[in-house]
Amino acid sequence: MSKKTLLLGDEALALGALHAGLSGVYAYPGTPSTEITEFIQAHPLTKERNIHCQWSCNEKTAMEAALGASYAGKRAMVCMKHVGMNVCADCFVNSAMTGSNGGLVVVACDDPSMHSSQNEQDSRFYADFAMVPCLEPSSQQEAYDMVRFAFDYSEKYSIPVLMRLTTRMAHSRSVVEVGQAREQNPLSSPTDPKRWILLPANARVRNQQVIKQLEQYEEDPSAIEHNKIYEGGEKADMGIIASGIGWNYLMENIVGKIPFPVLKITQYPIPKKLIKEMADTCSTLLVVEEGQPFIEQRLRGYLPQSVTIKGRLDGTLPRTGELTPDILRKALGIKMKEACAKSDVALPRPPALCMGCGHRDFYTALNKVIKDYPTAKVFSDIGCYTLGALAPFHAINSCVDMGASITMAIGASESGLHPSVAVIGDSTFTHSGMTGLLDAVNMNANITVCISDNLTTGMTGGQDSAAFGRIENICLGIGVEKEHIRLIVPLPKNYAEMEETIRQEIEYNGVSVVVCRRECIQTAKRHLKKENKK
Amino acid sequence: MKKDIILSGVGGQGILSIATVIGWAAINNSLYIKQAEVHGMSQRGGDVQSNLRLSSTPIFSDLIPEGECGLIISMEPMEALRYLPYLQKGGWIVTNSAPFINIPVYPEIEEIKKALQKDANVIFVDSDKVAKENMAPLSSNMVLLGAAAKYIEILDIEKIKEAIRNVFARKGEKIVEDNIRAFEAGLKCSISK
Repeated sequence: MSKKTLLLGDEALALGALHAGLSGVYAYPGTPSTEITEFIQAHPLTKERNIHCQWSCNEKTAMEAALGASYAGKRAMVCMKHVGMNVCADCFVNSAMTGSNGGLVVVACDDPSMHSSQNEQDSRFYADFAMVPCLEPSSQQEAYDMVRFAFDYSEKYSIPVLMRLTTRMAHSRSVVEVGQAREQNPLSSPTDPKRWILLPANARVRNQQVIKQLEQYEEDPSAIEHNKIYEGGEKADMGIIASGIGWNYLMENIVGKIPFPVLKITQYPIPKKLIKEMADTCSTLLVVEEGQPFIEQRLRGYLPQSVTIKGRLDGTLPRTGELTPDILRKALGIKMKEACAKSDVALPRPPALCMGCGHRDFYTALNKVIKDYPTAKVFSDIGCYTLGALAPFHAINSCVDMGASITMAIGASESGLHPSVAVIGDSTFTHSGMTGLLDAVNMNANITVCISDNLTTGMTGGQDSAAFGRIENICLGIGVEKEHIRLIVPLPKNYAEMEETIRQEIEYNGVSVVVCRRECIQTAKRHLKKENKK
Repeated sequence: MKKDIILSGVGGQGILSIATVIGWAAINNSLYIKQAEVHGMSQRGGDVQSNLRLSSTPIFSDLIPEGECGLIISMEPMEALRYLPYLQKGGWIVTNSAPFINIPVYPEIEEIKKALQKDANVIFVDSDKVAKENMAPLSSNMVLLGAAAKYIEILDIEKIKEAIRNVFARKGEKIVEDNIRAFEAGLKCSISK
C-alpha cells in the first residue's frame, strides 16, 4: 500500500532512508542539509526502532561513527552541507578503501549561488576522487526512491554511496508516493576483515578492487535505469546532457515532443558509453548541470575534438551560480515571456542579527574596546555571529572555515599582530575550535578567544550544542589558566563590566578565553512557549 | 490548468504558513504541486520568498520562470516589488500595505505603490490592522490569504478554508477559528474592491 505526502527534498530523502531500514543518522547541522536529520529525529519510527539520530560534533566524527555502524552490519547515513565534505574528507575517501558492510550512504547538500555558504564546491568531485558511486535525484520522488536503492547498491558492491542534493531540491516540496518500511539489518561481521585495516599491503590490494568496480558500476542495470537517452525530434544535430535538477529546468522549456535528443544523468560514474552513442549522431553537445562543470570538463577526455561541447565553460551557461529555467530558456534561444518590468525602487534587505540577540551586545562591547587598539584584528568564524561583519557592527575581519578563528589568530599573533582576537560560537568551538585552542596553549600564543555562547547551533535553527554547560571545563581541561577563563553576560546593563573584562584579557600576554553567554533569543522564545503551555 | 504564485516577505513574517495552507488544499484536490522555500541565513530578517506552483499536469521546475507568475502574495510592500519580473503583465499582486522597516534606508511608500501599479493589478490590504480588528492579531498572514483567495483561481475558496481548518487543527479550536475569521475578513477586503 502506498501513500502520498507533501515533502521537502530533504524530508523525502530522510523518509526514504527510514523506510530503507536505517539504524543511525550521523550529522552536523548545515544549510541546506539540516532538515534531513531533523525529520528523522521527529519521526515516530525513529523512537520505535531506537534509531540513532543525535547530532555529532562535526562531519568527521559523524562520518566515522557511521562507518563504524556499517562495519557492524547496520545501515547508516551521514548528512552534511557541501563544505562538511571537506571536514570529513579523510574518512570519506578512506571509506572507499575499507568499503562498507551494512549499507552506507553519505548525503552532501550543495549550495550553488551560495545562499548560506562560503563557496560553491560541487560534491560530485569528491565522489569521483574517492571512486565511489554518486546519485543525483532530479525530483523529490527520486530522492525518496533513490536513497533506498543507494543502501541496496552500497551493500551489493560493499562501497559507500554519495547522494548529492542541491539547495533547490533540498528545500522544495512536492508530492511523494511512499512505500513500506523494510526491516533493519541484524548485526553482522564484514566478510573480508583485512580490508578494514588499511595497512599499505592491504590497501594496495583493495585499491585494485575499487578501480575494477568502477567499470562494474557502469554495467550495472541500475545505470541504465538512472541514465536514459530520450530520442529527439527534428533538431537532432545537437544533443543535451542534463543531470539532476538541470533536467527539470530543461524540460520546463520544452512544449510537446523534445526536439533534441537528451541524456538524463542521475547516477555516476558518468555513463561514457551513452555519451559516445550521443556524440555519434550529434555534432554539438550542451551540458546542463547544477553546480560546477563536472561532466563538461570530463567530456573532452571521452570525445573526439570534432564534437563541440557547450555549457558553463564556453559561456553558453553562466560559469557560476545556480541554474534557473530562464537561464536555460535564453541558452536555447527561446523567446522570453512578457513580464512586468523590473523596478529599481526595491532596496536590498540583507539578513541581520535578531533584535535582542546576545551577539549584538557582545559586538557592541567588543567594538568599544577594539577602538582603543588601532592595530587589533578580529578573526571570526561560521555562525549567526558572522553577521557581525555587516552594518552596524563591522566587527570582524575574517570568516573562512569552521574553527579557523582561533588558529588564524595564533598565526597572526605569532607574526607580530597584536591584539589578535578570535570570535567563535559555542557549537563551532566544539566542531573544530578545541584542537586549535590546544595549539594555542601549547604555543602560549598571545590571543584572546571570545566564545560567544548562545547555548545552541543558532544559524541552522537551534539544534543542540555539543558543549552545552561545559565550555569552561573544556577550556580548563585543554590547559587555559583558570584566572583567564572569564564569563560575561551580554546585556546592555553589563556593558561596562564586559568591556573591562575584554580589555583585561587583551592586555594579558597569553591565552585567554572570554565566554560570553546568553541563550539564543529564538530558542529562548521557544522554551518560554513550552513553559507557558505546561 | 495551472497557477504559479510567489509568496514574499521578510524572514519571520509567516509566508510559509500561507504556503502550507495552499499546499494542503492543492494535494487534497489532486493537483500537482512544487513549492520552493528559502531556509537558512535569509531567515534572519532578510528577504524571503517561496515559489508555489500548482497544476493539473506534472510540473518540472521548482522555480517559476520569468513572466509566468499570475499572483504575488506579499507580507510586505517592498518585497512584492522584488519579484515583478516573474509576474505576467497584468497579473495580480495582493500585498500587506504596512512596511517592515529593518534597513537604514527605506523607499517612500508612495513610490513603492506607484512602482507596483505600473504593470500589475494591485490590492493593498492593511492586514496587520484587519487582523487586530478581528481579534486575531497573529493571523495577518491569513487576512492576506483571504484577500488573495479569489485570484488563486485553481482552488475554490471553500477548499482553502477547509485547508486552514486542517492545517491549524493540531493547535486547537481557538486558533482555527481565529484564522478562519482572519481569512474571511481578508476575503471581504478584495471583494469590496
